Amino acid sequence: MKIAVCIKRVPDMESRFRISSDGKVVDETGLKFDMSDFDGYAVEVALQITEKLGQGEVVVVSLGPDAVQEALRKALSMGAARAIHLKADRVPSDGFAIARALASELKSGGFDLIMFGKHAMDTMSGVVGPMTAELLGLPNVSAVSKLDVVQGRGTARRELEGAAEIVEFPLPAVVSIDEGIARPRYPSLKGIMAAKKKPLESKPAQLDAPRLEVTKTELPPDRQGGRIIGEGAAAVPELVRLLQTEAKVL
Amino acid sequence: MQDFYNIDSLLSEEEIAVRDSVRRFVDDNVLPIIGECYVEGRFPREIVPGLAELGVFGANLPEEYGCAGLNNVAYGLIMQELERGDSGVRSFASVQGALVMYPIYAFGSEEQKRHYLPKMASGEIIGCFGLTEPDFGSNPAGMITMAREQSDGSWVINGAKMWITNGSTAQAAIVWAKTNDDKDQRSIRGFIVPTNTKGFRSKDQKGKLSLRASDTSELVLEDVRVPKDALLPKSGGLKSPLMCLTQARYGISWGALGAAIACFEEASSYAKTRIMFDRPIGGFQLQQLRLAEMLTEIVKGQLLCVQLGRLKDRGDFTPQQVSLAKRNNVHIATDIAREARRLLGANGILAEYSAMRHMANLESVYTYEGTHDVHTLVLGQAVTGLNAFGA
Repeated sequence: MKIAVCIKRVPDMESRFRISSDGKVVDETGLKFDMSDFDGYAVEVALQITEKLGQGEVVVVSLGPDAVQEALRKALSMGAARAIHLKADRVPSDGFAIARALASELKSGGFDLIMFGKHAMDTMSGVVGPMTAELLGLPNVSAVSKLDVVQGRGTARRELEGAAEIVEFPLPAVVSIDEGIARPRYPSLKGIMAAKKKPLESKPAQLDAPRLEVTKTELPPDRQGGRIIGEGAAAVPELVRLLQTEAKVL
Repeated sequence: MQDFYNIDSLLSEEEIAVRDSVRRFVDDNVLPIIGECYVEGRFPREIVPGLAELGVFGANLPEEYGCAGLNNVAYGLIMQELERGDSGVRSFASVQGALVMYPIYAFGSEEQKRHYLPKMASGEIIGCFGLTEPDFGSNPAGMITMAREQSDGSWVINGAKMWITNGSTAQAAIVWAKTNDDKDQRSIRGFIVPTNTKGFRSKDQKGKLSLRASDTSELVLEDVRVPKDALLPKSGGLKSPLMCLTQARYGISWGALGAAIACFEEASSYAKTRIMFDRPIGGFQLQQLRLAEMLTEIVKGQLLCVQLGRLKDRGDFTPQQVSLAKRNNVHIATDIAREARRLLGANGILAEYSAMRHMANLESVYTYEGTHDVHTLVLGQAVTGLNAFGA
């Protein structure tokens, strides 16, 4: 069982964000970065599959500047066997460009399973996994909350609003992982030391010119202070009226 | 907390990864329960398997004995993160690693190392360290615990030890005892004593107002007979246990900073959100002075520790340098905890906040592993060449 997990390095979502001076992107100075949450779940699930089968290899792949090697090392310290860094000056905002670069790397890798997080915590577009599947001509299951792999076939569970569906598919396939599926393990101290000695291959990403670009990024408006309508039961009708007409939440 | 002096740039990627992994473990597994454990006076044994799996115990000892083989800066960062949780949790790991595994590693036979170290790294065997006695704290050379060699080569040990962290939890105790009269420079030897040996008793020390989330016990050894191979063959003289204490004190220098960081983080976040006189109390100059002092001392302490760790990794650090770091960092941490407690006002006395717990814990840390005063005399002697100890 050979599994590729595509991971992205994203800012810590607890950070206080600022917009860069050109108004287009987030200012990265002073931000802390980590592997995107859903990608961490995907790494954990991949490791559990190979551990359960008692054989197999987990390969982690990330596209971006040299700094993404930090996220790759973290996945190696969790237990992945090797890492591939697709080098680019920055991560393009066009998910299709990323998917093309990943597909061109993964197509000859002989992977039984290619995994993604459901979406990256920063851009939240969720398109790279399905696009990569399409480019590779493989079945794709998105937002998987449970995954079993037996004898060349996969069974996945997906959570719907008030229901769930179970999907079966042949391998090789591409799946993207939802939260709640598995708690990513803590990189053990031995794992961190071992990660130094594991292979990390860095090569240029095969990136086409992006076909879309982000022209503006803005922060949500500052929260306005609350307003006191009145006190006691007498204030209720006015409160209900404002919730209906002004806040439009009722 | 904010890395105000870019100290991360002095650390390697692995050292940062080690710190962050332990930090996350502490956030998830220690912080949610530690206030309650403290109030209940209970060591959280349930976290031991997780700490072992992470590889915390004896993390700076070699991989061939089942340890992580980390350098000393990474080891120090582990201690910092554990004590950010609680001094009792850090004490547990310090004792297991620096006071039990280290002496077996440094003074034990190859068989002892192969038998004990992997099981101690995995948390299967918990250890404690018996040096201090009821009447011999700062003066361990005066100990009265005796081990007498029998005609068949076995040893019979009699004596009592006090203030023993992990004493009632441990399956194995490293007991230091005299084997001869005081004229013998190598009289003091170390023994590995299984705590279920006949004549060995441990008793929880009641009534502690500090380190309440830690097991502190009294050990009584009454005609405890151990086989020949219980002796740590390469131990000899007071120097042996003091070498262990140097290891542990090194970790404490880092650990105290963890407690200080926890208090600083709590105080600075409280100062920004607590409204009094219609504004956050962090806007008042008195509170800003507190926070500025805390930040300054933490940064200084961290720089001290990084350099001490680098010296230790190069193999040319001295016990006097460790004394300076332990003395300074525990001292500033006690001050920071107290000031944080005060900044928090009435809320500061609650177990829901961490400042008063750390404040009370640090009083023990101030006193154990060489009291602040004794380290002062060590430094005094280093400066003047004159010994101010004893008569």
